[in-house]
Amino acid sequence: MGDLFSLQGATVLTIAGMALVTWLSRMTGYALARRIAITGRAKAALEAMPPAILTAIIAPMAFSEGIAEAVAAAVTVLAALRLPTLVAVAIGVATVVLIRQAPF
Amino acid sequence: MRMMSETDMQEPNAVRTGFWADAIRGLIDISPLMAGAAPFALLLGSLAVQKGLSPAEVTLMSLSVYAGSAQFIAIDIWQTPVPILAIVGTTLLVNLRHLLMGAALAPHLGGLSPLGRVLTVSVHSDETWAMALRRAQAFGSVGVTPGYIFGVFVLFYLQWPFWTCIGAISGGLVSDPAAFGFDFVFPAVFITLVIGFWRASRQTLVVAVSLGTALLVHHFVDGVWYIFVAGLAGTLTGGFLYKGEAPAHG
Repeated sequence: MGDLFSLQGATVLTIAGMALVTWLSRMTGYALARRIAITGRAKAALEAMPPAILTAIIAPMAFSEGIAEAVAAAVTVLAALRLPTLVAVAIGVATVVLIRQAPF
Repeated sequence: MRMMSETDMQEPNAVRTGFWADAIRGLIDISPLMAGAAPFALLLGSLAVQKGLSPAEVTLMSLSVYAGSAQFIAIDIWQTPVPILAIVGTTLLVNLRHLLMGAALAPHLGGLSPLGRVLTVSVHSDETWAMALRRAQAFGSVGVTPGYIFGVFVLFYLQWPFWTCIGAISGGLVSDPAAFGFDFVFPAVFITLVIGFWRASRQTLVVAVSLGTALLVHHFVDGVWYIFVAGLAGTLTGGFLYKGEAPAHG
C-alpha cells in the first residue's frame, strides 16, 4: 500500500475525468427533459422508463449468472407478487445463499 | 399554498407529514440497499489499493465519481501509467443509462428547490433513483418531498466514500460479498421494484422487451451496452404502445 494520503497527478486527473463524464451523463438527460414539453407518446415512453431501466440493469445479474441466481430471481418474483418488499428480498437472498451451499 | 396544505392534512393518506418524518421514511426505504452496497464499497477500496491507488485517491474517486459499476471497471483496467482515455471513455459508456434515468426524474422533482433538484440529479445512483421513482409512482410527484429525498439520498451517498475508505485502509476486510448473499440484495430489491411498477401500470411488454434485449445484448456484445440498449428498447416500447389520449366520452 502506498502512502495513505498520496495524490498523484495522473490519478487525480483520471478521477476528475471520470467524475466529469459521470456528472454530465446524470445532468444531460434531466436538463433536456425539463426543456421539452413532454406529452402524448413521449410521455408514455417516459413512464415506461423506470421498469425498462430497472429490468435492463438486473437482467444479466438475475438470469445469466448461474442456476442459483436464476432460481433465486424467479423465487423473488413470485414472492414479490404476494409479500411485502422486505420479506420478498429476504426470501430471495436466503434462496441464493442456500442454493450456493448446496452440494451439487 | 395554505389552502393546499390544509386539504392535504384532511386526506387520510396525506403525504406531507413533515420533513423528518419523510426523511425517516426515506431512510427506511433505502436501508436494505445501503446494507447491500456497503460490502461492495469495502471491496472496491481494497481492490483499488492492490492496484496502487492510495486510500486518499480511491476515497476521492468514490466522493466525486460515486458510480459503483463504473468504478469497479475502472479499477479493473487500472495500470501504471494510467490509461486515462480508456478509463474515462469506459466510465462514460457505463454511465450512459443516467441519460435516461435523469430524464425520468425530471417530472417528479417539482417539490424541491432549484438547488435541491440539481444536487439530487447530480448524485442519483441506481438505488436512490429507483426509490425516488417508486415514491412518485405510489404517491404522485407530490410525494417526492425534500424530506424524503434527504432521507434516501444523503446517507446512501455518504456511506459510499466512507466504506471505500475503510476498505482501502483495512485492505481485504471483505474479500467476497457473495459469501453472505450481499451481492443478491441489489437484484432482489430491483426485482421487487419492477414488480411494483408492473403492478401499477401492467407494462408487461415493456418489461419483457427490456428483459429479452438485455439478455441478448449481454450475451453477444462485450461490455455494458446492454443496460443502455435494453433500457432504451423498453422505453421505446412504452412509446410505441401509446394509443392516444383517452377520449373524454369514452
